[in-house]
Amino acid sequence: MSALSPSEHDTDVAERQAVLRARHAELFKPFYESHWRAIVWLVLASGLFFYGLSSLEITVARIFGGIGQLGKMVVLMLPPDAGRFSFYVYAMLETLAIALLGTLSAAVVAFPLGFLAARNTTINKIVQFSARRSFDTLRGVDILIWALIWINVVGLGPFAGVLALFMSDLGSFGKLFSEAIEAADNKPVEGVVSTGGTSTASVRFGILPQLMPVLLSQVLYQFESNTRSASIIGIVGAGGIGLILSEQIRTLELQQMSCVILMILLTVSVIDYFCSKLRFAIIGKGAL
Amino acid sequence: MNSLDLQSAAYAQAVALKRRQLWLGIVVLLICVMVSGQIAEISLSKFFHHIGNFTSYFYRIAHLENGQFVLSDTAEWFWGWKKWLGLMGETLLMAYVGTLLGGCAALALCFLASKNITPNNTVVFATRRFLEFSRTVPEMVFALIFVVAFSLGPLPGILALAIHTTGALGKLFAEVVENIDMKPVDGVISTGGSWLHKVRFAVLPQVASNFASYALLRFEINVRGAAVLGFVGAGGIGQTLLEVIRKFYYADVSAVLVIIIATVMLIDAITERVRHRLLGQERKP
Repeated sequence: MSALSPSEHDTDVAERQAVLRARHAELFKPFYESHWRAIVWLVLASGLFFYGLSSLEITVARIFGGIGQLGKMVVLMLPPDAGRFSFYVYAMLETLAIALLGTLSAAVVAFPLGFLAARNTTINKIVQFSARRSFDTLRGVDILIWALIWINVVGLGPFAGVLALFMSDLGSFGKLFSEAIEAADNKPVEGVVSTGGTSTASVRFGILPQLMPVLLSQVLYQFESNTRSASIIGIVGAGGIGLILSEQIRTLELQQMSCVILMILLTVSVIDYFCSKLRFAIIGKGAL
Repeated sequence: MNSLDLQSAAYAQAVALKRRQLWLGIVVLLICVMVSGQIAEISLSKFFHHIGNFTSYFYRIAHLENGQFVLSDTAEWFWGWKKWLGLMGETLLMAYVGTLLGGCAALALCFLASKNITPNNTVVFATRRFLEFSRTVPEMVFALIFVVAFSLGPLPGILALAIHTTGALGKLFAEVVENIDMKPVDGVISTGGSWLHKVRFAVLPQVASNFASYALLRFEINVRGAAVLGFVGAGGIGQTLLEVIRKFYYADVSAVLVIIIATVMLIDAITERVRHRLLGQERKP
């Protein structure tokens, strides 16, 4: 390297910078030129946001007034009052029972239907298409709406809740199961067939061993999410702890309400914990 | 005994153990089902006795007041379409505003919940517990409480959606951030960048498309959620749906349900397309 005087050094750097600039011209464009797409999207998104705020009548005053009110309510919630503890525990058990039966019955019914909705095991295209669309429709209707419909049929109470969970889970399981069946590897089936196995044997020893861990983990996951759903369907009268919760908030029994909310949180966490343990055990076995 | 016999004996033992575990599991499950059946007041006789009501319910919601099939007079069926579409629009706006608010909060918090970006363990722990709390409480419960505090209308619904979204998206975002390539982060640190520089120039470019995809998925979920928040008076089309179901306006029930289902399916289709494009963009470079 030749020795450069300071001024020579500066011109050298400037020259090299100019070369770099020319080589990566797109990086040195002004900000608005390189990011105009992002800016347009941002303006549109925030425009819609503020339109939403104004058309839904959301004002700063309302928000702060509400937060003040909320603060007062939180103070009134403390300490949690477990006055009718056994009553709450029974309602929580009812919630769990609804979740378990809804999940399980939907899984049992969705299992054969999943084969009909899967591309590789279905009877024909029309059956597959209509099965898929039916599952979509079942899922498209919310659990609370199903609960309202079933209350008209079997009356108020947890049974309506079980049926509501069943309908909505049937849609989810049908979709998930058929996707899992479509993703199954065909080589084990060919292996069974090549040893002279029947088609029943090829499903039992070729497809089921791949499928079972996936399906079971999906059922467990759904059970977790159903515990949450089952704890709110009581709001429309379909059994479980939601009924108690909505009554307490209407009558402003806030201390009892905070106890019930804590119970829901605790139960959901415990269920989540055990389900994830169980799921890990099942998937671990399947991976071996 | 030769080694083959030993092996087959060990195999038989292992299989027998597995079988025993399976049967034990099935017995425990059956006991749980029996107990649950008792608690949940399952009655098959009631079910089969009243199942006719279920099919006839769908028959009734498929027919107008004058007894004609709904499709024979769609103008009569959708007589309140202006009101209903307005309410559906309100529902969509609620879902949008709620998702945006929750998404922004999740974006701010997810870096604090990621061990590789935030070295302070206490901050990570506290942020994670907060996110966990906000997603474990069902949004309906938040809505019930907020309706009392903020009075009826879309505002409590939006806040309930926003809090739940913060918890759900915050967790997913943090998981994405924890799986990034750390080399760009090291690069920014080596040039003397601050925490904000680190996030802006090393982390965000890696995670932005994933974040957007998760946020769209959440929007989809929130549209469904917003459609029933009206059941507790938290705005949207749910209030109307509850009314028409409770008052047995059968044709209106099917009309409102059709509007909800069609909108949900439309939103699903659109967001799925956008998400595929976003994730495709990520793989390209």
